[in-house]
Amino acid sequence: MISGLKGMLVTLRWLGKKNITANYPKEHLPVQERFMGFPGLLWDETAEEPFCTGCMVCVRECPTQCMTAIMHDNPNAVEGKSHRRKIIETFEINLNRCILCGICVDVCNFDAIAMSHEHELASFARTGARADLGLLLDLGRKFQTEVSWAPKGADRNVASVVLAKRAAAEAAKAEEAAAEAPTEATPASEAPVAEKAEKQEGGES
Amino acid sequence: MTTESQFETVDMMLNMGPQHPATHGVFRMVLKVDGEKVIDVIPHIGYLHRGTERLAEVETYGQVITLFDRVDYIANLNNELAFVRAGEQIMEVEAPERAQYIRVILAELNRVASHLLFIGTYAIDLGAMTPVMYGFRERERIQNLFEHVTGARMMHNYMRIGGVKADVPDDFVPWVRQLIGEVRKGVEECDKLLSTNEVFLGRTRGVGVIDGPTAISCGLTGPSLRGSGVAYDVRKDDPYEIYPYLNYKVPVGENGDCWDRYYLRMLECYESLSMIEQCLDQFPEGPIMAAGRRIARPPAGEVFSHSENPRGDLGVYLVSDGTDKPYRVKIRPPSFCNLVGLATMTRGSYIADAVAILGSLDIVLGEVDR
Repeated sequence: MISGLKGMLVTLRWLGKKNITANYPKEHLPVQERFMGFPGLLWDETAEEPFCTGCMVCVRECPTQCMTAIMHDNPNAVEGKSHRRKIIETFEINLNRCILCGICVDVCNFDAIAMSHEHELASFARTGARADLGLLLDLGRKFQTEVSWAPKGADRNVASVVLAKRAAAEAAKAEEAAAEAPTEATPASEAPVAEKAEKQEGGES
Repeated sequence: MTTESQFETVDMMLNMGPQHPATHGVFRMVLKVDGEKVIDVIPHIGYLHRGTERLAEVETYGQVITLFDRVDYIANLNNELAFVRAGEQIMEVEAPERAQYIRVILAELNRVASHLLFIGTYAIDLGAMTPVMYGFRERERIQNLFEHVTGARMMHNYMRIGGVKADVPDDFVPWVRQLIGEVRKGVEECDKLLSTNEVFLGRTRGVGVIDGPTAISCGLTGPSLRGSGVAYDVRKDDPYEIYPYLNYKVPVGENGDCWDRYYLRMLECYESLSMIEQCLDQFPEGPIMAAGRRIARPPAGEVFSHSENPRGDLGVYLVSDGTDKPYRVKIRPPSFCNLVGLATMTRGSYIADAVAILGSLDIVLGEVDR
């Protein structure tokens, strides 16, 4: 009897208080910054193209084999606007199979994929769970603006490491050139992206 | 002319499950009953078999961690810890101290979350509707922290062989401290609501009694064994990670009945919370991953490692053939082994008590069937 009253007292204490639940479809609780929703492909603002080169490492490492990717020659690189010689042509994730484990993000060498905050992608279509390149890039871009994303750790990113090596090689070359004609030294040491891409055409690897 | 005495008395077989809410998943038990008394229990399992052990043989070590998340889907981080510890033993690496602290804090929080879920659902099994709300409210708070740290509320994939995936956020320590205060209050509330309630006591006191020696011979571990007064806890008896540096008691029951098994989980919640506080007091700075190759490729060999899950002694037997995929992963799931004691406990009690006894074992079918 007394124990029942004691229990009732505990319940009564919460009587007048605010609800701690949210009325879900109408109210959305915010997700944490590290929240892992569906994966999205990130957009390189400087080169106006995806970071993804289609190297297939995420496709191989995915525990559920939910991804397919095809790469092709990067037209921007041919024109000299980008340092990526290969770029993604099609990328498809079967979101029904994706278990949101984040392994693809861990293994990516180009910071090209990220777990976005999107987690409500229900669809009426039978193929609605097949995220193609366009949708994935949308997810990625939305995520980028949401969290003011920046490529993490240039020393850990394979692409930036290669670029840094190239820049160093360029600088060394420029120094040699500077010994013969001193005027060209300054632009090479700054090494903007377009400049590097131009030189890459000239047989650098 | 036949009289009633000429008919043979046949025991009735009563099917319970697999779609029964009190079986906590898809567990089927066939009760042999004589009136209201249960004479025997025949458990049927396998409805949730997903072939985890086989799948683990075709996936790399990094991918197997995601499988272990799903073995016991209520205490995910404890399961991850069990596997990465086996991986670390076979690779002969040791996680840095900070990583061990992070792991222990998260694992103990997950233990509290798991026990809160148990308390809530156990109360609902026995007809009390309110505690499940309280239990889930506190569990949500813990899951919010998990989301903040690991990025997922349940399937974390956070621990790695040799450390953890990412360092904790800057506000981790104050957040956990605040969380502990809130959760402790919530556990106390559940305690007040339930533990001394006469109806609850009537349903659990003296029900499903199993004594210590029988419990040991049935292979029970964890709270189900400790309820019978056997103080066996892997954290104490075979210490791992940083548990030796922590000061805590292992609560044990006296009678081995359902109430003991329930109440010592409640006590374990308090113990775990105080352990987390101790961890936060000595939380060191430093690296979170041991130096080594990014892809685990351990030398050929075999290792058995076990750790204390909220449900008992979770063992992982890992055989490596020198490739990047395990040759064999055998899981010794505590829920499955605890089910061995079910028939012993249930024989002679009423049908309604069968639900209470099964609930007090706190099985997770994902772990029973793997």
